[in-house]
Amino acid sequence: MITEQKKDADSQNGTTHEYLTFILGDEHYGLDIMKVREIRGYEPVTKIANAPAFIKGVLNLRGDIVPIVDLRLKFDVGEASYNEFTIVIMLHINDRIVGIVVDAVSDVINMKASEIKPPPEFGVAFDSQYLFGLAPVNEQMIILLNIEKLISSQELGLFDSTALPSE
Amino acid sequence: MSMDMSQFHGVFIEESQEHLDEMEHLLLALDPTSPDIEELNSIFRAAHSIKGGSGMFSFDALITVTHVMESLFDKARQGKFNFSSHIIDELLIAVDVLRKLLKSYAENTAIDWALVNSATASLEVILDPDCRPEVQDDKKGYGFFKPLNSSNKESSKHEEVKVEDDEGFGFFEPIGEEKTTDKEEDFGFFVELDDNLSDSNIAQQEISNNQDDDFNTEADQSTAQADDSTDQITSYSPQTKSASPSKSITETKTKADTSESSSIRVDIAKIDSLVNLVGELVITQSMLNLIGDEITGVASEKLHSALSELERNTRELQEGIMSIRMLPMSFVFNRFPRVVRDLSKKLNKKIDLTIIGGQTEIDKGLIELLVDPLTHLVRNSLDHGIELPEVRTANGKPETGVLTLKAEQKGGNILISVLDDGAGLNRDRILAKARENNIDIPEHPTDQQVWQLIMAAGFSTAEQVTDVSGRGVGMDVVKRNIESMGGRLEIFSEKGLGSSFQIRLPLTLAILDGMSISVGGQIFIIPLVNIIESVQPQSAQLKFIGNEQVLDLRDAYWPIVNLSHVMDLEPKSSLITEGILVLVETNNTRFALLVDELIGQQQAVIKSLEQHYRRVQGVAGATIMGDGSVALILDAESLALKIDESLKQRVEYDN
Repeated sequence: MITEQKKDADSQNGTTHEYLTFILGDEHYGLDIMKVREIRGYEPVTKIANAPAFIKGVLNLRGDIVPIVDLRLKFDVGEASYNEFTIVIMLHINDRIVGIVVDAVSDVINMKASEIKPPPEFGVAFDSQYLFGLAPVNEQMIILLNIEKLISSQELGLFDSTALPSE
Repeated sequence: MSMDMSQFHGVFIEESQEHLDEMEHLLLALDPTSPDIEELNSIFRAAHSIKGGSGMFSFDALITVTHVMESLFDKARQGKFNFSSHIIDELLIAVDVLRKLLKSYAENTAIDWALVNSATASLEVILDPDCRPEVQDDKKGYGFFKPLNSSNKESSKHEEVKVEDDEGFGFFEPIGEEKTTDKEEDFGFFVELDDNLSDSNIAQQEISNNQDDDFNTEADQSTAQADDSTDQITSYSPQTKSASPSKSITETKTKADTSESSSIRVDIAKIDSLVNLVGELVITQSMLNLIGDEITGVASEKLHSALSELERNTRELQEGIMSIRMLPMSFVFNRFPRVVRDLSKKLNKKIDLTIIGGQTEIDKGLIELLVDPLTHLVRNSLDHGIELPEVRTANGKPETGVLTLKAEQKGGNILISVLDDGAGLNRDRILAKARENNIDIPEHPTDQQVWQLIMAAGFSTAEQVTDVSGRGVGMDVVKRNIESMGGRLEIFSEKGLGSSFQIRLPLTLAILDGMSISVGGQIFIIPLVNIIESVQPQSAQLKFIGNEQVLDLRDAYWPIVNLSHVMDLEPKSSLITEGILVLVETNNTRFALLVDELIGQQQAVIKSLEQHYRRVQGVAGATIMGDGSVALILDAESLALKIDESLKQRVEYDN
């Protein structure tokens, strides 16, 4: 809630917000850097039975058992290969830690709220309700994700729906 | 003056709760005929500490009641006061009132002044029955306080004495003194309660008219003055009237009960994070060991001795940190003298309570979960188990029944038993009830199987429903609670001799003894409590029932659950004879779990999967292995659900 208010305030006085950008297939995505806990290489995970294919399993993050989601499998983009260059972004969302696998991490960008364009209704690999907006940067278009909403969505099935904080 | 005191409220309330627990505990142990002076001192100190603290926070209702209590115990320890079982009852009621008040302050709800006044009044009558004429003389409304006042003058003399022999509490003295001498200002809140006061005055006058009556009726009358909201007191008064001294409570006392230990309050989250960190340290340490094995040459020896030193230190550190979470069982047991005392009165039974092994330590998390099931078992034993005194004498048993609460450590488990020497479970009645309720009964059931029936939902053997028990809600919930703690409940009963309910629990919720096994290259942990044995099956031992394979081992048939199917993994070999069958027993069923190989026995620090992920079928949690990887801990109960229902029935019939 506090971050929401902060965002509103930011958009009014035109201060900038930082986004971490990453690549999925041919597309550039960005997410609120405040949600990022750390960026790691891919490590072997422990498989969870009867989970959807995009949930790779769980791993040990300094004592926490953390689920790993492969966004490339979820959105059916890019090549789901795992090597020493595969990147996992550890996110901190609603007191939970979730890792997402992406093709590559590209940059951290500063953006004013006024630079962010509202999202289109279609045209990206997934449901537009998880979009925060679009931003043109260096003749590229960056798709800004509402990562909090995506990760805690029913669709991903990462959390028990009862365990989610009510809004 | 605007210092924010509210930040200390939590601490005060917690401390006061402990003082009240101690007070109740000591009161129950107090021998009315020859009270132990040390115990009286302890009760006095408890009352005094609460009063002192309440003074600081202006918790006036608490001050009022504790003040009278304090005076009473002060008098008692001077030997100027004789206890009776009835007075102890009244004091216990006062402790309940204090609990209620404390709760009101904690939750910031309105104080029930009627309750305060009636409690104070009944205590004052006990304190000073002779001062009643004085009350009559002074009708200005302050007369109510006269007894308190006069006793105060008396006690202020003792207080001087006390300051000498009880230095540590001198700190609170000024508050207490100020409050009592400056009465008109500090107790000004009483003015608005004039109505209540005059009521009490009338009560006092009425009482004084029947001076010859014993304390019983006096107390009853004054409590009767309290308005309806004093349910706590009114619910007690029938008991005090019919106060048949049918109880005697004994307790095996240990030194540690009375000695004051120095301790600090720590947030449980801090300890959990320490446990977590130590777990990490253990893993890092075993990683170092693996690396150490690769090193050769002169450095190797030095490294190895340093590593074994590190290993010992980490193990000790781990044990030390785990022990912070441990509390003695007396934390749970100590509430039962009161339960037994109240209930035995209500049921008109004579019951001795014996507590054994209160010092046995158990994980704090388990302590909290144990209270409800234990209370239920104790109430059951009192209500159904132990017979009425007449019945007991008729059956040639001593009039007084014995209820024993016992805790002991057995291997990696804690065994908690509720034993009574009552009538025992009635096999025929249980079977009849089970038929009535359409509960499945095995053919030619053994005693064990019959006793298990009472844990079916909706089962009650009580002939009539009482307010103590018998509504049929219960044993199934008890069983479920215990199972959720990873424990199990066993029942033993002998007709006419009594019954015993035994709860077997793991030492801690945080560590589990397990067997690590592998399937399809992934490692799983099976809790050791569930494992009976492991066999390498011969093809002659494998039989078919329908399309399902079962293991025929020593004339018992075990349904086979293939873990690779459940966990969606590719097994090393599709032939059962090339795998290992782990024979697993749960509370409801037994089955053989097919795995690739056994790796070894190990202790696993249990981590929750739900913290960052969700519940997974067949999995109870996760743990971190020596190499830092995650292994899932299997949940035998939910794996048993994978057995084909029809197969399960056929196997059971064949058994």
